[in-house]
Amino acid sequence: MVKTSLDDQRTRYGAEPGGGAPTKAKITFIDSRGQARTVEAEIGSTVMETARRNDIPEIAAECGGACACATCHVYVDPAWVEKTGARSPMEEDMLDFAFDVQPNSRLCCQITVKAELDGLVVRTPAQQG
Amino acid sequence: MSETIETDVVIVGAGPAGLFAVFELGLLDIRAHLIDILPRAGGQCSELYPEKPIYDIPGLPVVTGLGLTDDLLKQIEPFHPTFHFNEMVETLESKGTAEKPSFIVGTDAGKTFKTKVVIVAAGGGSFQPKKPPIAGIEAFEQKSVFYAVRRVEDFRGKDVVIVGGGDSALDWTLNLQPVAKSLTLVHRRDAFRAAPHSVKAMQDLVAAGKISFKLGQVTDVKGADGELASAMLKGNDGSETQLPCERLMPFFGLTMKLGPVANWGLNLHENLIPVDTEKFETNHPGIFAIGDINTYPGKLKLILCGFHEGALAAQRAHRYVYPERKLLFQYTTSSTNLQKKLGVS
Ligand SMILES: Cc1cc2nc3c(=O)[nH]c(=O)nc-3n(C[C@H](O)[C@H](O)[C@H](O)COP(=O)(O)OP(=O)(O)OC[C@H]3O[C@@H](n4cnc5c(N)ncnc54)[C@H](O)[C@@H]3O)c2cc1C
Ligand code: FES
Repeated sequence: MVKTSLDDQRTRYGAEPGGGAPTKAKITFIDSRGQARTVEAEIGSTVMETARRNDIPEIAAECGGACACATCHVYVDPAWVEKTGARSPMEEDMLDFAFDVQPNSRLCCQITVKAELDGLVVRTPAQQG
Repeated sequence: MSETIETDVVIVGAGPAGLFAVFELGLLDIRAHLIDILPRAGGQCSELYPEKPIYDIPGLPVVTGLGLTDDLLKQIEPFHPTFHFNEMVETLESKGTAEKPSFIVGTDAGKTFKTKVVIVAAGGGSFQPKKPPIAGIEAFEQKSVFYAVRRVEDFRGKDVVIVGGGDSALDWTLNLQPVAKSLTLVHRRDAFRAAPHSVKAMQDLVAAGKISFKLGQVTDVKGADGELASAMLKGNDGSETQLPCERLMPFFGLTMKLGPVANWGLNLHENLIPVDTEKFETNHPGIFAIGDINTYPGKLKLILCGFHEGALAAQRAHRYVYPERKLLFQYTTSSTNLQKKLGVS
C-alpha cells in the first residue's frame, strides 16, 4: 500500500484524548482474510484514528478523517450496527466512492468511540483505493 | 503530436509546495511551468479538504484549503506561471551534466518540455482514479475499460456501462448517450451526488427509454483480448444479470498513488525521495524534491515546511539557470528590484 501523507500526521492532527475521566473501549478489527486484531481505543477518538495508531491493515484513511476519501470503509458487525448509529448525509454521499457497499458499511473516521462501543467488531475490505 | 516547450524549471505537482516555489523562483527571475494530473491547483488542499480550516500557516490564523490555494495563486500571479492541468508527467530524461543539467520531461498528453531544472513537488503522489476490485480488469484497461474519456469516438456504436453516481458518472452518461449503441448507468443507490440539472437530464433519458438505470454494482467482466463483451450486474436485491458491455467506465473518485515518479531513476526510501537539507536536491543534480514527497532527518509533512524547502531549492536552481550571475540576498520589504518584479513599486 502506498505510504500516504497521513502516516506521520495522525499524531499531529489526530484527536487527542480529552481530559476528565476517559475510559477505554476495546475494538476488534477483522481483516479480509479473517485475522482478528483487538486493540484499545480512547473514548472520544474515532475508530479510524484507533486503527491508524495501532497499525491496523486495510484502512488507508488518505484524507485523515475529513470524510473526503472513502478509504476508511469498514463493515460493522451486525450486532453493533444499531449502537454505531446512522450514517450522516455527507458520509452516505462519500460511500459512493467505496467498493461493495453493504447496508452495514461505514466510513470509520465517522464513528466516534463511546463507552457503549466497548467490544465493537468491524471488518475491513481487501481493497480501499 | 509533440510540441517542445523550453523553460527554466518544470514543477511536477501544483500543490501548495509547487505553487509557492513559483514565487521563490520568480523573485530570482526564473520562469516555471507547473504540471498536475488534477484539473486545478492546490493538491491535497483543494482535493481532500477544500472547506476545512488550516490553523498552522504562519501569519494566517485560519484559512481553508481552498482559501490557501486561492491566496497562493494570487501571490504568484506576478510571475505568470504556466499551468498544464489534467496531465501526468510520465517521463523524465537527463540530457545534461552535473554542472549544466538539462532535462526532457514528457506528459501523457504528448507534451515535451526542455528544462534546466526539475522540481518534484508530487506530494502524496499523483491523484489517480480508483480501480474497482474486479478480477482481471487490468487486461481491459485503456482498451475497453476507461477511467476518463479521451476520445468520444471510442464509444461510438458500443454497449456502454457507466458505474457511479457523482458528476463524472452523470456527465459522461449524458455526453456518451448520443453516440453509444446502448448505455446503462449502474449505481448503488437511487440518489446522486451530482449537479441537480444533470440528475434531472439523466432521469429524463431513463423515462424516455434512451438509457437504463440499474441499482447495484458490477462484480465481474467477460471478454477476450482486451475487448469486453459483458459485465455482471449484482443488484441490491442479490440478483445477478449479465449486461451487454463493450465499454465500461467505473467512477469511484481518486486515490493518491506514487505513480511515474518511481521510474525516474531517483533514489527512493519508502516511496519518498531523500534530499539534502541545504538545497533539497535529490541524488540527481538539477532535480529537486520539495513538500510531502521528500524525506530527510526530522522531516515534517507540513505545508510550511514545503514553503521553506521551495525557497532553498530556488537558491540552488538559480546557479543552474544563471551560472554566470551572482545571487544577491534581498528582502521583498526593502528591495526596489524585487518590488518591481512583484509589480508593486
Ligand atoms: C485532511 C488533511 C488535513 C491537513 N491539514 C494540514 C494542516 O492543518 N497544516 C498543514 O501544514 N498540513 C496539513 N495537511 C498536509 C498538507 O495538505 C500537505 O502537507 C500538503 O498538501 C503537501 O503539499 P505538496 O505540494 O507537497 O503536495 P500535494 O498537496 O500532495 O500536491 C501534489 C500534487 O502533485 C500532483 N502529482 C504528483 N505526481 C504527479 C505526476 N507524475 N504528474 C502530474 N501531477 C502529479 C498531484 O496530483 C498533486 O496535485 C493536511 C492533509 C490532509 C489530507
Ligand atoms: S479517512 Fe477519509 S473518509 Fe474517512
